Amino acid sequence: MEGFVTLLHKELLRFWKVSFQTIAAPILTALLYMLIFSHVLEHRVEVFPGVSYKAFLIPGLVMMSLLQNAFANSSSSLIQSKVTGNIVFVLLTPLSPLQMYSAYILAAVVRGVMVGLGVLLATLPIAPLPFAYPLWILVFATLGGAILGSLGLIAGVWAEKFDQMAAFQNFLIVPLTFLAGVFYSVHSLPEFWLAVSHLNPFFYMVDGFRYGFFGVADVPPTISLAVVAVFFLMVAGLSVLLLGSGYKLRH
Amino acid sequence: MSSAIEVREVSKRYGSVRALSGVSLKIEQGEFFGLLGPNGAGKTTLISLLAGLGRPDTGSLEVMGHDVVRDYRRARRALGVVPQELVFDPFFTVRETLRIQSGYFGLRRNDAWIDQILERLDLTAKANSNMRSLSGGMKRRVLVGQALVHRPPVIILDEPTAGVDVELRQGLWRFIRELNEAGHTIVLTTHYLEEAEALCERIAMLKQGQIISLDTTRNLLKHVSGVRVRLRLQPDHVPEALRRWHTGREADSEVLQLPDYAAIESMLGVLREGGVAVQEMEVMQADLEDVFVQMMQRP
Repeated sequence: MEGFVTLLHKELLRFWKVSFQTIAAPILTALLYMLIFSHVLEHRVEVFPGVSYKAFLIPGLVMMSLLQNAFANSSSSLIQSKVTGNIVFVLLTPLSPLQMYSAYILAAVVRGVMVGLGVLLATLPIAPLPFAYPLWILVFATLGGAILGSLGLIAGVWAEKFDQMAAFQNFLIVPLTFLAGVFYSVHSLPEFWLAVSHLNPFFYMVDGFRYGFFGVADVPPTISLAVVAVFFLMVAGLSVLLLGSGYKLRH
Repeated sequence: MSSAIEVREVSKRYGSVRALSGVSLKIEQGEFFGLLGPNGAGKTTLISLLAGLGRPDTGSLEVMGHDVVRDYRRARRALGVVPQELVFDPFFTVRETLRIQSGYFGLRRNDAWIDQILERLDLTAKANSNMRSLSGGMKRRVLVGQALVHRPPVIILDEPTAGVDVELRQGLWRFIRELNEAGHTIVLTTHYLEEAEALCERIAMLKQGQIISLDTTRNLLKHVSGVRVRLRLQPDHVPEALRRWHTGREADSEVLQLPDYAAIESMLGVLREGGVAVQEMEVMQADLEDVFVQMMQRP
């Protein structure tokens, strides 16, 4: 247990020591999205009845920032440790694969939630939100962070150089996040793209999270929860399996 | 009592390269053991397998009786490794680095021992400096500290003194010797053969993934054949009859490798007959370097 706590503490310190880059910068970026998109689209789009576009956009931006930063935390920690070689300090220890996984993922969730909370607090004065079901908000935030943390860990284990990591992030994570209904309701899409959106697990994270605020969503929240939970179990299982096998770490 | 380290028939390949082939080795508790060999001989591979940084293709490895794969948690608790590469985490200070490493092994309140390590490795003044600001020699000493922080009974040092200056190297060896006297088993690889000769009780020599020699340092030195003689001659000329033993020049002297001590007399006879006077003569003791060179040259 002590080993897990230490690795978690180290992972938290790692991003906290550079919090301008890891916390403040993504909050500012989300705020800029908010200002620009809401300025252009307010009065033109009403996604849910009685919900302004500004209000609709906020949970989407919060979740997008949360997901991207959870991914960034575990992936950057692992790739940096691998490239600089200091991953050896963790590999030499009696930490089990599950302990390692839990520490990396919990740190990723904490960073994601901190950034998400920062975005929420910074954007709240722009449009009030109802917070219809706070528990749903919490559940989807945690599961979303854990999923992206796991994907970051998988990418960090797999990638051997920063270029591969950038490819994973830019060609997989960013498109899946942007196309998850952050800026729009998927019901505004043509039928084909609506069907494609339903294949994107990120969509269910954003949609379920948004349900927690408005009590309205594109799909029923229980379906979103089921999809997100299954996806989490899949990526968590794969992560622990990779750490246990020593794939690209112990070779 | 279990051996500190037991390696049984271990083989390891990296693609088409055979890094280790059928290596068996037993190191008893309390030994100061040397692992020597040229680059690429398999020393670091063997250490990596012991530390769980890789897995053997065949065979098994144990540290203090614990299998490094099946019972990896106990095996790793029993082992401290100083890696060869100078690695560090740039986010942390020296003290944070040692505390974190200690915590990984379940030891959170370990500051008394950490302070002692810092002092013995001459790092107290740098305890709160970031790792990035340290010189290469200091970073290496922190690596040594990290390996010792959980007080492992077996300590493996892979080239620990590379880049460390002479004074600090001696201090480091004093510390390691004390740990050995206190019962810790020490396994050392080094390129400084005089270090291995002075410190190690037993030495294994690796070549192309196989152990080609395993004996006490004393026996190894006994087995080295021949005598090296350095001569300053007047006139400075090696007679034709001695050319077969002539290996080269060092400063203003000629160096001859004779088959045994008896050959000194015949060498002096040839010189006398040839009218060559010996102005200075030095008979050099065989050292580990000679043994090493001889072993490595064998087919």
